[in-house]
Amino acid sequence: MVTFLKILLAKALLALAFAVSILPAASEVPNVADWENVEKAAEGQTVYFHAWGGEPRINAYIRWAAAELKARYGIELVHVKVDDIAQSVSQVLAEKIAGRNRAGEVDLIWINGENFAAMRENNLLMRPGWADKLPNWRYVDTEDKPTTTVDFTIPTKGLESPWGMAQLVFLYDSAQVEDPPRTLDALVDFVAANPGRFTYPQPPDFLGNTFLKQLLVTLAPDPEVLSRPVSDDVLDETLTPVFDYLERLRPNLWRRGQTYPRNVAENRRLFADSEVEIAMTFNPADASAAIENKELPDTVRPYVLDGGTIGNSHFVAIPFNSDAKPGALVTANFLLSPEAQAIKADPRIWGDPTVLNVAELPVIDQTLFADADENPAMLSASELAPTLSEPHPSWTEELERAWLEHYGTN
Amino acid sequence: MVRFAPTLTIAVLIGPVIAGLAGIALPAFGYLPALGRTSFSLSPIADLLAMPGLWRSVRLSLWTGLASTAITCAVTFLFLAGWSQTRAFHWMRRLLSPLLSVPHAAAALGLAFLISPSGWLVRLVSPWATGLDRPPDLLIVHDPAGIAMITALVAKEVPFLLLMALAALPQTDATRLSHVAESFGYGRMAGFAYAVLPRLYSQLRLPIFAIIAFSTSTVDVALVLGPTLPAPLAVRVVDWMNDPDLGRRFIASAGALLQITVTGTALLAWLGLEKIVGLIGRHAISSGKRYRRDGVTRLAGASLALLCVVVIAAGLAGLAVWSVAGFWRFPDALPATFSLDTWKSNWAEAATLFRTTLAIGAIATLLAVFLTLGCLENESRRGRAPGKGTLSLVFVPLMMPQVSMLFGLQILFLTVGLPPTVTTVALAHLVFVLPYVFLALADSWRALDPRYAMVAAALGAGPERTFRRVRLPMMLPAVLTAAAVGFAVSVGQYLPTLVLGAGRVVTVTTEAVALSAGGNRRLVGLFAVLQMVLPLIGFTIALLVPAVLFRNRSAFRLARP
Repeated sequence: MVTFLKILLAKALLALAFAVSILPAASEVPNVADWENVEKAAEGQTVYFHAWGGEPRINAYIRWAAAELKARYGIELVHVKVDDIAQSVSQVLAEKIAGRNRAGEVDLIWINGENFAAMRENNLLMRPGWADKLPNWRYVDTEDKPTTTVDFTIPTKGLESPWGMAQLVFLYDSAQVEDPPRTLDALVDFVAANPGRFTYPQPPDFLGNTFLKQLLVTLAPDPEVLSRPVSDDVLDETLTPVFDYLERLRPNLWRRGQTYPRNVAENRRLFADSEVEIAMTFNPADASAAIENKELPDTVRPYVLDGGTIGNSHFVAIPFNSDAKPGALVTANFLLSPEAQAIKADPRIWGDPTVLNVAELPVIDQTLFADADENPAMLSASELAPTLSEPHPSWTEELERAWLEHYGTN
Repeated sequence: MVRFAPTLTIAVLIGPVIAGLAGIALPAFGYLPALGRTSFSLSPIADLLAMPGLWRSVRLSLWTGLASTAITCAVTFLFLAGWSQTRAFHWMRRLLSPLLSVPHAAAALGLAFLISPSGWLVRLVSPWATGLDRPPDLLIVHDPAGIAMITALVAKEVPFLLLMALAALPQTDATRLSHVAESFGYGRMAGFAYAVLPRLYSQLRLPIFAIIAFSTSTVDVALVLGPTLPAPLAVRVVDWMNDPDLGRRFIASAGALLQITVTGTALLAWLGLEKIVGLIGRHAISSGKRYRRDGVTRLAGASLALLCVVVIAAGLAGLAVWSVAGFWRFPDALPATFSLDTWKSNWAEAATLFRTTLAIGAIATLLAVFLTLGCLENESRRGRAPGKGTLSLVFVPLMMPQVSMLFGLQILFLTVGLPPTVTTVALAHLVFVLPYVFLALADSWRALDPRYAMVAAALGAGPERTFRRVRLPMMLPAVLTAAAVGFAVSVGQYLPTLVLGAGRVVTVTTEAVALSAGGNRRLVGLFAVLQMVLPLIGFTIALLVPAVLFRNRSAFRLARP
């Protein structure tokens, strides 16, 4: 057996050595300034787009984009549906360690926050910065939407291109609940009065993490420390109020906190089944889109907490070892086009808020964006304000770790 | 060509197991050149043991695996003892057989909707009987004791064990043994238990071991129904393997090794249980009690077996209704409106996954049938059946926890640079499809009267021609049925597709499980329906082709497998 293993290992190593020896240098970075040539090079390429696949509406939108890209630029966009995008990040990292500097599995990736930070830190992103050189960059609202260039306190420097906006929004059914809890203390009273009717997705799910971060930015004794990387001397005093608060909620949570929904979609299903009275989502238009889809009754209303909720932008990025960089660039640019952004913002399709400055668009493009104020299940920009900034990505990791320690094994 | 078939088959069955073991054994001790670690250490093991709730996960795996296997055996044997050779038995067999082809994931999804507090059962009796207009806050699905998970496993494994038992019964001389026992005044069930069961059990040992191995390491059923804080070990191993922190790969490999230990422990525990039951049994036999009045027990056996059918069928029906539901809110027992929107808007994508699933299943099944036919034809030409040892080789891949073997293979593929393709996935499926095809075909092939071949030889046909013109046409119904079984196994594979397809190869099964975590029951319903339709297509072909080909050969119709 041992000799067999040795032979097997030797063979594997030989194959690896061979594979590494025939690898050419990293694939070339296209010159974004020469856009015409980028489009030419993109024609006929297949772009593997790694994106979270847990929401049918988003998947349908990506299918629409793929059809358009095929018709306009001859690009084959393949949506690789990922449970947790961190898996794709680790895939690119594994490729880098294995010396695979080209023909990587991932051509375009939907990320933000700690995943962006991890890719930036490990040099997994295509350099130099390219997003601010895209033809459609001129429409991006970097002024009023600062999160389009600063991702969880980290300047993006063009290494990722903004795709949409997100903000933590709570949902309730106005036919069942008269006055939803608008502060964290009111939420504790609400679950005490309605035991088993509230829960949050299990971290490390992004929405579960966002709920923890909402608690963190609201309850931290010194919010200043959140814009910097975690330092040990403030860690405990900053996290303690969060878990004290969760402890107040827990006895009255859905299933008494013995199990949690796995993600945002499962949380919304519990809400649709009337198992919980209050749901949360990271997309302000989620409620209106779900009503359109007959997933929720038309009496459902979104709301935000007094004092604001966490918001951010989400992005697409190109890994360093993609073999379809021109195709990925054209895709990122198309996703920024007024038309693609308008269709994405339509609550009947996805309802993801645009990163563009609609008021500054050419008039013909402005008409693409439907007026959100007419829809009772949508919140206007003024109702969503203020948007609270994300803490530094290192805090997310600490929150995840601490949550597992407290609740990971009941 | 035919001479090499057995060697090739054994290579296909055993090769991946050994390669998979090597693939996790090395990283478990810190060695993984692809991640730049070229020295051995014990730290992955230490890190694994430091994981919170590890032992609770291990206990869960052991408990759910052993409990579901024990209940499966109890239900199967109760039913066999009470009803074999009756008309009711044949009816039940017809009801149970289609369940065999329902993928585990689909069965689990159906059960989840049936029994959850907002599910169909509560909806049927609400609000008129329960007074509920909201679902009760009960921890039924994902319960910490894993009861929901055990229920799904039992409902899925009873049909499997029962059909295995039916194949084995003729070799136990059951009919005459039962007659003798009854003439001594024993009740029907006692007679079966004392005279037939000991012989039958030794034939069923390997299938039961396969059930233990599967249920101690299942991932898809655990994801849909199992406990979450902590989850059973196999689910956590998958999580560690997919962790963004690559350092976790080492812990995952150590966890995969631990999973093998856990499954091994469960098998040993089962052997101990056999001894105890054997002792009790012998004691009971020597007591001389006749147990003539076993009507209630017989009824219980029938009810439990029927319950398996009802649970799965009702769950799947619920999912099918969801796929055509409009607005459907608790506590309505049926949707307020019906619509085909789900099917219309997802048809294009569903069709793509349908084709992928079909292609993978077809490749794996064709290869499996080819290898099996080669092995069996080789036996026929040499005129001797293999010993029992060879048959146990068929079960080797079924004894190894899937999660351990597949991650080993994945790490090897990563090292060698094999890309995840439909072919890679199909080859991984072959390892799990081949045993079932072999089991489904071997008995009827060996039962074929050898004198047909002798007559053919006397008429001057060579071995090649005898195979093509005599043996294969006569065995065609059996071959097609075996192929349909293999295809159904392939359709139901979740983990091999997930691990070796690396997310690029998506089938209706991986999609259904991925969606189960989501909120859209309509889509889950759609993919579950597709999961059921695919095996049905296979079995329909297996029935129709011989009927059409041999429509003018009445004697062939009697040669049913």
